[in-house]
Amino acid sequence: MLSLNINGQPHQVDVDPDTPLLWVLRDVLGMNATKFGCGIAQCGACTVHMDGQAVRACNLPVGLIGERRISTLEGLDNTDPVANAVQAAWVALDVVQCGYCQPGQIMAAIALLRSTPKPTDEQIDSAMSANLCRCGTYMRIRAAIHHAAGALA
Amino acid sequence: MTTPPRTPSAPPTRRHILGAGGALLLATLWPTPRGRAQAAPRPQQGMLVEGAQGAFAPNAYIRIAADNRITLILPNVEMGQGIYTSSVMLIAEELGIDMAQVDIEAAPPGAGAEITGGSTSVMTEWLPLRQAGAAARSMLVQAAATHWQAKPEECSTRSAIITHVPTGRTLPFGAVAAQAAALPIPKNPPLKDPATYTLLGHSQHRIDSTIKVQGRAVFGMDVQVPGQKIGTVAACPVEGGTLAGMDRQAALAIRGVQAVLVNEQNNTVCVVADHYWAARKGLRALKPQWHNGPNAHVTTQTIYDQLHQGLSGPAIVANTKADAPGVIARAHATHTATYQQPLLAHAPMEPINCTAHVRPDGCDVWTGTQIADRALDTAAELTGLPKDKIAIHCQYIGGGFGRRLEHEYVTQCVQFARQVPYPLKIIWSREEDLTRDRYRPAYVDQMTAALDDKGYITALTHRIVGPAVVARWDPAELTKDGYDEDLSVATVITPYSYPAYRLEFARREAPGITTAWWRGVGGTRGLFVVEGFIDELAHRAGVDPVAYRRAMLAHNPRALAVLDKVAQAAGWNTPLPPGRARGVAVQFAFGSYMASIAEVEMPEPDNVIIHRVTAVVDCGRVLNPDQVISQIEGGLIFGFSAALYNEITLEGGRVQQNNFNTWRIMRMNEAPRKIDVLLMPSAEDPGGIGEVGTAAAAPVLANAMAAAQGRRFRTLPLLSPRNNAADGKEHG
Repeated sequence: MLSLNINGQPHQVDVDPDTPLLWVLRDVLGMNATKFGCGIAQCGACTVHMDGQAVRACNLPVGLIGERRISTLEGLDNTDPVANAVQAAWVALDVVQCGYCQPGQIMAAIALLRSTPKPTDEQIDSAMSANLCRCGTYMRIRAAIHHAAGALA
Repeated sequence: MTTPPRTPSAPPTRRHILGAGGALLLATLWPTPRGRAQAAPRPQQGMLVEGAQGAFAPNAYIRIAADNRITLILPNVEMGQGIYTSSVMLIAEELGIDMAQVDIEAAPPGAGAEITGGSTSVMTEWLPLRQAGAAARSMLVQAAATHWQAKPEECSTRSAIITHVPTGRTLPFGAVAAQAAALPIPKNPPLKDPATYTLLGHSQHRIDSTIKVQGRAVFGMDVQVPGQKIGTVAACPVEGGTLAGMDRQAALAIRGVQAVLVNEQNNTVCVVADHYWAARKGLRALKPQWHNGPNAHVTTQTIYDQLHQGLSGPAIVANTKADAPGVIARAHATHTATYQQPLLAHAPMEPINCTAHVRPDGCDVWTGTQIADRALDTAAELTGLPKDKIAIHCQYIGGGFGRRLEHEYVTQCVQFARQVPYPLKIIWSREEDLTRDRYRPAYVDQMTAALDDKGYITALTHRIVGPAVVARWDPAELTKDGYDEDLSVATVITPYSYPAYRLEFARREAPGITTAWWRGVGGTRGLFVVEGFIDELAHRAGVDPVAYRRAMLAHNPRALAVLDKVAQAAGWNTPLPPGRARGVAVQFAFGSYMASIAEVEMPEPDNVIIHRVTAVVDCGRVLNPDQVISQIEGGLIFGFSAALYNEITLEGGRVQQNNFNTWRIMRMNEAPRKIDVLLMPSAEDPGGIGEVGTAAAAPVLANAMAAAQGRRFRTLPLLSPRNNAADGKEHG
């Protein structure tokens, strides 16, 4: 049995310690907002926060997480101004197309804005280029991050 | 996000209850006391419902219950293109409801589901969905007018409420739903004057934006059926091979592994487990070995060689006008160029998956599919069950791009699911998704033009060598001569008109690979070739590429208008910073016109910076302007990714690219700095938009790169070494 702190709640899971967090979230705990895209940390669809940092859940073995706090998209606190501003910007600019990568994009964007409240285009590109979008919504993601930053200022 | 299994044989209790309720309520008429409303809470906007019933169901698309719940049943599937939003707009505009009042359901196969592909959805929905809304409105208004003993033309509708304007009396739609249901359905209901539209033509937010940013949208990958197990598969990596051996005991020894399954064709194994990671570990332990079969020798060069060989010898004449070969034979000047395009994978962000529960008395399938009817057919065939015992539950699709016009993964899932008693979700690894895709074909095209003394075309011959995708996908659509008319898109069907023309097709099916539709279909292949060739001719004639095209478009005002506007918007005639160059492309495909200009810089021969893309679109009447812009932005980037980087290669019959570390996708830092999309106002019927941007991407970029480097880029991907100075030189 492994203990995990996910979205502020303790969870006991009975899996091998090499199991990536992604599959514990999705197939053991039934939390599906975090997506599977590649399994080798190349696409960012599985981006979650560990102690507030954006990490890839698909190659993060649960046995290495220990006490660190995991946050997923479904656990975002609706009183958190950054999370609210990012999601509101995504809706205001209709960023999504198929939407499959967007949970990862949003988690990456929230982590960026927490550390860099007024990012430049270059800082956005640098933080977000680990997250692939096959529909090509990059222009709107960039604009939505500026939009959210403006709303938080 | 649990999607409960719906047993088709279960009694339709909801219909009976609502039906009875509707009758009862009609006796007293709405409104009921609030405490009596027992309806379940409405789902969040954009969440799919199933099996919606209503006291009023005038057609396949509209259900209105006595409690005023409105469900729209949408014929095309949502895979990012925004069709759910457009479909709701079309019905809501004529019906007189708010978009926020609507629940949505994906039309089940056999009951309104359409094939979603070829950028056809808006074109095919434009009239019937408005008519459906208008007919329903007319019946509801008639029912209310009868109740009031008033005239229908004295009534207005808004927000699902009918108002008798002279007296101010109102009734919600639900209150007259059952009465309306008893009325005859009008055949040709009057449609609104477009000048009075309040939704169509005005940007509306996507109805799926909120659920997608909250992670609540249910994709096929997210389906959770109680009791389900997770399987992952390995098919023989060489097409046509079979299973030679495996270590079943090693797989079963992995904690969590439940079963090892083999399909009837003995070419695919499936390891089933409690969760994906256990299945994946089980598959690794299983170490399947393969007889590679007859395609073990196939390499990429095998395919390219047979395509180039097809440039001579017999071919089908697919289109002809005057005597183009004769004109070319007599011409003082001719120009010939050969273009080559690679196999491409779809690689949607959501890897292929499907969930199926096969029981003795029924079968449920949950998946994302662009072709639900075929999913139903294959499930019926494999299970031997009648079609009314099979339910296909269509989910949101995490990127289609043509991949989900195939349904072999449904076949595969049902084959495995019928071997086990529990619901089985099959998830392909990204490696399986890329190496067992059905690929956009490789093609070689050769064009020859006869030129007048100013360098303009007097005759054009064009030979396409490659597969006929339609021959496998829909054999009845192959012409009796053996031509696939998809190849005419952006090839025969262009904004230009030539004095003499001949198109030939030499069919060559690729060995060892299955070819399929890919975003932009024939338009993506054709536009790269034709717009590249036109650009070559402009340079050869010493004429500005925009001016050269303008001279060829005098007969085509819509094409000329988008070209002129894009030249102005992109500053075509303004000076560029040092090191930058511009390229242009013009197109008519999928019923829409577009002209685009790319501005690039190439600091090194293999480094392309796309500074800016400007596109002007005339897609007829625009339904949801912001989503047209979004499709062009995204379609261009999707196309740039393939144009610059992508080529599926084969060694020993095996696909070499197996994940995003070897299948490069354009990232944000590589995407254009700026994309400006301008829409032309138009009252023409709407054209398609989902593939328009993708078709433009390769030619507009290749033409800009040619301007930057002074050499042609006739081979995709554009960064291929084949585009070296020798191959790319201008030659006549």
